[in-house]
Amino acid sequence: MSDATQFTPRGPRPRRIFSAPNIFLYGTLTVVAAYYALPLYVMITTSLKTMDEVRAGNIFSLPTQWTIEPWIKAWATACTGINCDGLSRGFWNSVRILIPSVILSISIASVNGYALANWRYKGAEFFFAVLMIGAFIPYQVMLYPIVLVLRAVGDFFGFQLYGTLGGLVIVHTIFGMPILTLLFRNYFSSLPEELFKAARVDGAGFWRIFFQVMLPMSLPIFVVAMILQVTGIWNDFLFGVIYTKPDIYPMTVQLNNIVNSVQGTKEYNVNMAATLLTGLVPLVIYFASGKLFVRGVAAGAVKG
Amino acid sequence: MKLTTKLLAATALVGASAASATELEVTHWWTSGGEAAAVAKLAEAFNASGDTWIDGAIAGSGGTARPIIISRILGGDPMGATQLNHGRQAEELIEAGLLLDITDVAEAQGWRDIINPISLLDSCTVDGRVYCAPVNIHSWQWIWLSHKAYADAGVAMPTNWDEFVASAPALEAAGKIPLAMGQQPWQSSGAFGVIAVAIAGPDVWKAINIDKNAEVAAGPEMAKVFEAAANARAMAANSNVQDWNQATNLVITGQAGGQIMGDWAQGEFQVAGQVAGVDYECLPGLGVNEIISTGGDAFYFPVQSDPEVEAAQKRLAALLVSPEVQVSFNLAKGSLPIRGDIDMSAANDCMRKGLAILAGGNILPDGNQTLSPDTSGQIEDLMVEFWNDPNMSAADAQAQYAEIIANAD
Amino acid sequence: MTVADTGTASATRVHRRRPRILRNLASKTASIPMVATVLVIFIGCTLWTVIYSFTKSRLLPVPLFETMPLFSIPVPHLLASDGSWDFTLITGLKSSSFVGTDQYDRLWGTRRWIVSIGNLGIYGLCSMTFSLVIGFTLAALLDRKIRFENAFRTIILYPFALSFIVTGLVWQWILNPNFGIQKVVRDLGFENFVFDPLYNDKYVVYGILIAGLWQGTGLVMCLMLAGIRGIDEDIWKASRVEGIPVWKTYVMIVIPMMRPVFVTSVVIIGAGIVKVYDLVVAQTSGGPGISSQMPALYVMDKMFKDQNLAQGFAASTVMLMTVAIILIPWAYFEFGRKKNV
Repeated sequence: MSDATQFTPRGPRPRRIFSAPNIFLYGTLTVVAAYYALPLYVMITTSLKTMDEVRAGNIFSLPTQWTIEPWIKAWATACTGINCDGLSRGFWNSVRILIPSVILSISIASVNGYALANWRYKGAEFFFAVLMIGAFIPYQVMLYPIVLVLRAVGDFFGFQLYGTLGGLVIVHTIFGMPILTLLFRNYFSSLPEELFKAARVDGAGFWRIFFQVMLPMSLPIFVVAMILQVTGIWNDFLFGVIYTKPDIYPMTVQLNNIVNSVQGTKEYNVNMAATLLTGLVPLVIYFASGKLFVRGVAAGAVKG
Repeated sequence: MKLTTKLLAATALVGASAASATELEVTHWWTSGGEAAAVAKLAEAFNASGDTWIDGAIAGSGGTARPIIISRILGGDPMGATQLNHGRQAEELIEAGLLLDITDVAEAQGWRDIINPISLLDSCTVDGRVYCAPVNIHSWQWIWLSHKAYADAGVAMPTNWDEFVASAPALEAAGKIPLAMGQQPWQSSGAFGVIAVAIAGPDVWKAINIDKNAEVAAGPEMAKVFEAAANARAMAANSNVQDWNQATNLVITGQAGGQIMGDWAQGEFQVAGQVAGVDYECLPGLGVNEIISTGGDAFYFPVQSDPEVEAAQKRLAALLVSPEVQVSFNLAKGSLPIRGDIDMSAANDCMRKGLAILAGGNILPDGNQTLSPDTSGQIEDLMVEFWNDPNMSAADAQAQYAEIIANAD
Repeated sequence: MTVADTGTASATRVHRRRPRILRNLASKTASIPMVATVLVIFIGCTLWTVIYSFTKSRLLPVPLFETMPLFSIPVPHLLASDGSWDFTLITGLKSSSFVGTDQYDRLWGTRRWIVSIGNLGIYGLCSMTFSLVIGFTLAALLDRKIRFENAFRTIILYPFALSFIVTGLVWQWILNPNFGIQKVVRDLGFENFVFDPLYNDKYVVYGILIAGLWQGTGLVMCLMLAGIRGIDEDIWKASRVEGIPVWKTYVMIVIPMMRPVFVTSVVIIGAGIVKVYDLVVAQTSGGPGISSQMPALYVMDKMFKDQNLAQGFAASTVMLMTVAIILIPWAYFEFGRKKNV
């Protein structure tokens, strides 16, 4: 893999800054960037306005009276039921859910992808094809049957699975599996065949090749998988609320309670602050790993 | 507040006998400011009595809370208590034996004598056994009118639906929206029900919603209702807001003349600092038939294996109906209490109108009590289309409505 | 790890002589979680759903079988939480639970469902086309050795980090005629300017599309950019020598070479389209009227709000069948081809 060389821009460097194609190019990109950036701008400015100003003014204007009160309220004092401690209540729960779910789902999917790419067995294609179709199943339909499966497994082995963190981690692993397996399979197929063959000639088996040959070359795709999973699991509301109990409800439950309260006036500024706070973890990961992400996607998607 | 709750719980723990002090997880969807304050009253009272209220608040009733409740029951790990609209939503759970029978509590407390109207208790009763504790009454039959809008338009404040319809052109000429309407299906269906009761009268409403008489639904009385609703649709044509409280806000700010909405709209006027009779007016039964429907909320208690939890569930049931909790909860929530023997003198003007109608016995059951959720859902789908599509004729809508009633269970 | 090691190491050498089931054993063992998931969840639970769509299930799934309790044996609590294994005998199908195709008849007689299918068709077609076209175009623009490439890329990609609920909420606001773009343009003096896609039943699907594309095109662009950059420099040199215009090189030469990228993109975009739910709920809840209803909303509403599970299952079975009819031949062709090893 030669990521560095693959990743250099192409095409002749434009000679003059104000040439017609350049004006077109940068003009288009600026308009596009404005379209993508506008909602974030609206969210940030709204979250820094007072409610009076939100009601009166237009949403694109800058605050005349800056305030961080909505942020404080969203984080620490907004009521989500009888508990008035805002989003802070669920933050650590989200972290507790996130870490094992990301680790388990990526571990399993990476091994799947490796087995599918390098160690095919009869029927492997069938399972993979079903998995790809599984990516298209609306997950709401699966809610009740999975509850029944978790309960049956728990009853049979005599431990509680439904309603616990463990059950939720398994559910996240299941629903992350299709896309992640596709990415890992494509990635491992794209690695040079010779490396794998050489290792087998040396007598290395399934696991040794995986840990000693494949893993060291797979950082980019692991970064991609991690970003996809962190985003998906961190933003998840439905599974968190269906498969756990109040003491491990993730932060999105509080976000839902703040944003979706049916009765009472909507505090848009607090809503926006809560939204941004909840999105902060994935956003930080994106801004921090932008280039690495593209490189990883490149590796995972280009060859197949 | 959190600290006090904790302290209360702690002292109660020390003081209470070893038998009690049980944690009870309670699922509900009261998450907005006023609602949360109201539910906090319940939690405080429960904690003060020695047990611990574990709050499972989830915003968004049907679509969000329902799957949680059912999943927890199917998964064999149910919550201690859960909010539901009393009525037909819990029927199946009761039949399957998944909800706790609290008849002994009801009998010990004499619920049959104190709960008013008694239909609330009947909605909790299946085959003579009681399965839920009603906590409040919410009624749909109100129109909320803006003094400012009518003053701006220079017409007199209407005192009934006909006058309201007659005043619409003047409001429109003044650049106002005569009727504010949100676009959620339950709003469309609810407003239609209110118009039906006002125009066709309670007997026609009962024939359709209780006896499921499709002939009446297709009949001339209802034809008038559909014409009136089509007319109301035209009055609401410029009201492009989504949520009901955004529609209420149009009335509060005087951009709209009125809104047909349940008594919970009052909370919005209160938060905006408006006074009934000065800034806004409320007409029960659209000023035509002074009657209110008695829907509301109730708590159900899923069956648990632990006898201590069961005892705590029964303690909570008794507490919810107790006079002190009824007063503090309903004043905070802006709803009517489920018993007539308590002092509600702190209530505001509109609430008093409701209390008076209730005392006079001019009541109807709520749609939730008479129709299955499936039928209600079909009516909602029809109504939201009718209210938003000016090309759908009244006759066409009525034909579809009659068909839904004919197939209702 | 070491245990499995010995198994496969020898498997490579004595490949032909081992019984079939034992060949490639480590790979099979490692695939157990995937196979279990496929069998139990993606096949098992799907079949469960399909079977229940022929029942009269309302709030709870109805029992399917007539049963007879046989006996129960006490076991340690470690093995079963209630301390016993109960055995029952299935004596037959419970015919009163089944209603034949009633749920499907009702489904296809429901206007809301018909409207939903039409909307999904429009949304799906537009979303797929625009995601691919915009994604590729942006990638090609970013590929032209521009300044601030990182900044542009990050701005286009960041919406993907936000949930659909958030996306819907913000766009509902921006497209709201009383607050958003319409008001701003009117305040500038264009009093008759109208831009209210979410409140117009003819354009509402496109209003949702604006938000959907905003959220999703960033990822597609990244995939495409990666694909473009993976193409050999010599191709470009050759096309320059031949004097082929840049745009033509992209369309005629680069795109055909990026087939795998398009496949991955199509899977990701397609999965998003079928599942579009949160976005619609947050923006319009299916309104005005029923003009922006989607199948997933119908399924959710029937299953949970209206307490008619079987009707929801029937709707989701139809969705699933449609997806399967489109996908199975394609998936077989795309992923089922025999490859190396």
